[in-house]
Amino acid sequence: MLTLPRLQLHRPGSVREAVELLASKPNARVLAGGTDIVPNLKHGIYETEHLIALRGLSSELRYVRRDGGRDGDSIRLGALCTIDQLSKDPDVLQSLPALADACRQIAGPQLRKMGTLGGNLCLDTRCVYINQSYFWRSALGFCLKKDGTACHVVAQGLRCVAAASNDTAPVLLALGASVRIVGPRGERVVPLADFYLHDGIHNTVLEPDELLVEAAVPLPAARLKQAFFKLRTRAAIDYSAINLAVALAVSPAGLVTALRLCVSALAARPALINRLQDLVGQPADLHLAEELGRRAQKQCKPLTNIGVDPAYRREILPVLVRRTVLRAIAS
Amino acid sequence: MSDSVLIRLFVNGEEHALAAPPQRTLLEALRYDLQLTGSKQGCDKGDCGACTVLVRERSATGRGEPILACITLAQDAQDLAIITIEGLATPAGLDPIQQAFADCGALQCGFCQPGMMLSARALLDRCERPSLPQIQDALSGNLCRCTGYTKIYEAIQVAAGLREPSSRAPVSSEKALPSDQVAYAVKELLP
Ligand SMILES: Cc1cc2nc3c(=O)[nH]c(=O)nc-3n(C[C@H](O)[C@H](O)[C@H](O)COP(=O)(O)OP(=O)(O)OC[C@H]3O[C@@H](n4cnc5c(N)ncnc54)[C@H](O)[C@@H]3O)c2cc1C
Ligand code: SF4
Ligand code: FES
Ligand code: FES
Repeated sequence: MLTLPRLQLHRPGSVREAVELLASKPNARVLAGGTDIVPNLKHGIYETEHLIALRGLSSELRYVRRDGGRDGDSIRLGALCTIDQLSKDPDVLQSLPALADACRQIAGPQLRKMGTLGGNLCLDTRCVYINQSYFWRSALGFCLKKDGTACHVVAQGLRCVAAASNDTAPVLLALGASVRIVGPRGERVVPLADFYLHDGIHNTVLEPDELLVEAAVPLPAARLKQAFFKLRTRAAIDYSAINLAVALAVSPAGLVTALRLCVSALAARPALINRLQDLVGQPADLHLAEELGRRAQKQCKPLTNIGVDPAYRREILPVLVRRTVLRAIAS
Repeated sequence: MSDSVLIRLFVNGEEHALAAPPQRTLLEALRYDLQLTGSKQGCDKGDCGACTVLVRERSATGRGEPILACITLAQDAQDLAIITIEGLATPAGLDPIQQAFADCGALQCGFCQPGMMLSARALLDRCERPSLPQIQDALSGNLCRCTGYTKIYEAIQVAAGLREPSSRAPVSSEKALPSDQVAYAVKELLP
């Protein structure tokens, strides 16, 4: 039996009310589907006395909309869309098939009904030394992320390297998405590429009093060749041991005109593989897929933060990249 | 209990009001305040599916969709209509899913069964004749530590009218050797 600490639950009916509550209640946190925050609260990972439940904002923040904005057409996904909904939505299936694929593979059926897009993008980082009961963690003397002073993954490490484990993040990063954030100081739009930080203790630029209200994907994404892959121990429930997404623009002549590759579940920040500019203009073929695999392997360093052998994850990574790129090209 | 809050829950078609600490989970409220102990407390952190219940918006129709009661706050479930395993049978008798689980012997310790049956009920409500992969997918959030799942999948196919219970009769206890006789037989083999 795992009990929750003392809490007060607030149930606002609008984004404005929710933001006011976040700003006025000390150490308040957002509760969306609760599938991440509730287990973490039961494990004593947060000092929080106030939870702001978003269920009352469902009519405001549960939508999938296509529209023409200042910067061209985009598809906008409200933060309270459930993961299950996104895995089946006709617009998502048609324009963002890699996102639907990622959503289908998140957790299990009940969790997909409960979990939301906003909660997934703001999912706390994960590590075998933190996602444990308070008793378990106390036996080990705790760790940097909460209550302790040392990291058990990187000896003498001064920064928590718990893994970003959200499966929608690599896809939305590869598709060039941005997120809209509302807070007491107004509203801001942040490219997802600037949203995540290298700090496993808090891996986003979101301030404690801000609410993520929407993710927007520019619609040229619909013409990109895209694919997602998730490596996990069991075919359901388990978090990713590696997840990755690729998006390619290919000319009628079969040459790559733009590409993005994102690999995650490694460290606190999903890794957009960089320095790929020289591959633009190359044919979209096996050679490209293998080259991307080599570059991903060079830029990624699997750690013992996740309970799957890092040596195995390092060896399998280029293979998974190759297969996923080939699947995208064939799509 | 000065710091309790009033929580209203709509469970199996009945309105309940209870006073509980604000951090009460839906599972704790069902089991310890409403004495509906059919929903099981397994991992208590969203991994196993033993606490599965069906929910829908109160204004919606149908039985609803499976969610996990152990990581849902009772206060946050007040706008929902909830069905637990106690609400599956009707005065007319067991739900076909329950009957099929009994006919197929689709259980051993039984701890996972309430969650399994509710996930299965939700599946058959949206898809009358599911394929085996659809059944496996619908139950992929419910762990069973005993059965190996085969009998459970069979029971759901039986409930959907897709097959008969497997014909292998259970071994009747009269046919088995009494245990002292087994021990004697073993002793005979020793030098
Ligand atoms: C057994 C199990 C397996 C899982 N497997 C996977 C998996 O394979 N892949 C995966 O990606 N996830 C997995 N999850 C995690 C989770 O179910 C999903 O990531 C889900 O989408 C989280 O959304 P939520 O609404 O439930 O988040 P919550 O738990 O409500 O919130 C998560 C965090 O985000 C914050 N937050 C939520 N919404 C907002 C918002 N709009 N603005 C600002 N902050 C916000 C919360 O304060 C909290 O810190 C799993 C969970 C469990 C229990
Ligand atoms: S990476 Fe280190 S500091 Fe972070 S949770 Fe794991 S053990 Fe703790
Ligand atoms: S008790 Fe295990 S998922 Fe709820
Ligand atoms: S019958 Fe024992 S857990 Fe399923």
